[in-house]
Amino acid sequence: MNIHEYQGKDILRRYGVATPRGIPCFSSDEAVAAAEQLGGKVWVVKAQIHAGGRGKGGGVKVAKSLAEVAEYASTILGMTLVTHQTGPEGRLVKRLLIEEGADISKELYVGMVVDRGSQRVALMASSEGGMDIEEVAAHAPEKIHKVFINPFTGLTDAEADDIARKIGIPDASVAQARAFMQGLYKAFDECDASLAEINPLVLTGDGRVVALDAKFNFDSNALFRHSEIVEMRDLDEEDPAEIEASKFDLAYISLDGDIGCLVNGAGLAMATMDVIKLYGGSPANFLDVGGGATTEKVTEAFKIMLKNPDLKAILVNSFGGIMKCDVIAAGVVEAARQVDLKVPLVVRMKGTNEDLGKKILAESGLPIIAANNMAEAAQKVVAAAQGR
Amino acid sequence: MSILINKDTRVITQGITGKTGQFHTQMCQQYANGRECFVAGVNPKKAGEKFSDIPIYGTVKEAKEQTGATVSVIYVPPPFAAAAIDEAVDAGLDLVICITEGIPVRDMIRTRARMEGRKTLLLGPNCPGLITPDEIKIGIMPGHIHKKGRIGVVSRSGTLTYEAAGQLAEYGIGQSTVVGIGGDPVSGLKHVDVLRMFNDDPDTDAVIMVGEIGGDAEETCARWIKDNMTKPVVGFIAGVTAPPGKRMGHAGAIISGGKGTADEKLAVMEDCGIRVTRNPADMGRLLKSVL
Repeated sequence: MNIHEYQGKDILRRYGVATPRGIPCFSSDEAVAAAEQLGGKVWVVKAQIHAGGRGKGGGVKVAKSLAEVAEYASTILGMTLVTHQTGPEGRLVKRLLIEEGADISKELYVGMVVDRGSQRVALMASSEGGMDIEEVAAHAPEKIHKVFINPFTGLTDAEADDIARKIGIPDASVAQARAFMQGLYKAFDECDASLAEINPLVLTGDGRVVALDAKFNFDSNALFRHSEIVEMRDLDEEDPAEIEASKFDLAYISLDGDIGCLVNGAGLAMATMDVIKLYGGSPANFLDVGGGATTEKVTEAFKIMLKNPDLKAILVNSFGGIMKCDVIAAGVVEAARQVDLKVPLVVRMKGTNEDLGKKILAESGLPIIAANNMAEAAQKVVAAAQGR
Repeated sequence: MSILINKDTRVITQGITGKTGQFHTQMCQQYANGRECFVAGVNPKKAGEKFSDIPIYGTVKEAKEQTGATVSVIYVPPPFAAAAIDEAVDAGLDLVICITEGIPVRDMIRTRARMEGRKTLLLGPNCPGLITPDEIKIGIMPGHIHKKGRIGVVSRSGTLTYEAAGQLAEYGIGQSTVVGIGGDPVSGLKHVDVLRMFNDDPDTDAVIMVGEIGGDAEETCARWIKDNMTKPVVGFIAGVTAPPGKRMGHAGAIISGGKGTADEKLAVMEDCGIRVTRNPADMGRLLKSVL
């Protein structure tokens, strides 16, 4: 689960990590009131969407008067912001963050992520702040410094100080940088984050270490113990089909093709998308109905897929293990009736009670195209989608 | 022969009294030598009772002492599953198989750190388990699609493991052991650990290795294979069409920062002498071609 920058900064402040003072706003009037409340002469007007690259897309502006705050706020609110992370369709801006201006002397980078290799949380830091860390990793990997944090000791003073010096924090500010990084780790750990990125982390003219941006992702498996984070969820930032699917415990991801896929198992679902592409088609979605699919779940999955106006055909690929083929077949038949299916449906099923499942499909009277293996299923659904 | 488990393996089931634990314990009992293999269950609140003729103990330690079991399988719900692994590790078991899906990564980081220097091996979490056909199955895979033979299968994904076994069956080819290592980012045995065991197993002739997007475990394994493996390996990587930044069902299956793509993995595997296919329907045929 993702949250907005202003919410991430709220979390950071709770862990003693310095951030600029700021106020979230939903209108231009609120933005001006926020700027007045913050005081000072310079404010930053920042679009709040769940994507990076906002500055380059025109979603971050520095205002030098209240009139400019009003002007920028009304321009940015309601704009469709396109960044390298939003895709070409962009994202509508509905929230702003008004912040006090910062006196930046140096831009740095600090990030944390779960590292599979070491099976620990990795702290990554670089003197190259404000840029895409992937670019730094590709062109100047020696400028990225890493610590793999022992979960039982946390980030030690020695580790934090060493990293701070390596990214060019002056001696006078090392203690602050240490508190910053230790606070960030504590926030990451206690909130069950899966990613945290402070880019840029800035050193101010008077030697303070401040988080100018904050990006957090959280481990969805741990949300059951973080109601305070679940409350930060912004459904406007999520795909409506994916939200609908999550209500029924379906793993669904929208893609830009025209062939709907309904599969049991994440690996098989990915492989099904791959084989469709291999035979010249394009998947409309990733959909894993899981091992315990019921008729209701299969029906909901069909409804979600059919909301897509581009959909031209559906492939059901099921390897019945514990999940029996006759149950899946009954679910498919019921769903096809309920939703008044108009697009061609190809079904491949294998495994437990395979023959019974095939019989149910054949006797349903529905125009279902049967296939014996994945390759045949893919070829048939691609042909059907192309009207052949 | 086989790797990790055989008909003489004795198994403790942690979480035997839950709905999932009950169902799969009975399925495992019904498979091959299962009645002899599944000797104990654990539930502190139901110690002294029985489920499906299996005695229930209060702790893993007690279950091990009373039955001599050396392996456990875990169906405990996600909030408590990492603690269940810890308990099995502390009891000094040889192998722990954690089926539970949805364990917080933070819990697994601590559990894995606790395991450093211990002898216990962990398979999973979020995995289907493993099977040595006609001897024993520990986990949630359908037993009947497997056939005794001399091919090893290792995969992150459960259903792709079944798919591989199903395709081998179409060619009349059986398996020595089929291992599902699971889709989580912080977990126990990796592809390379399982490949090493298959390499040392005199009754495995070749291996199907199935991977997916995310991380670099497949690349690490491929490099190890190039330098050490004496048996043919064929491979498939799921997720060629997966878009970056989207998590494909498994917590570990995500392309982040342009890393962990299927194309990258397939290229490294080919460079290391592994025959790969981009067609998931072609795994069985490809394996047959290298025998």
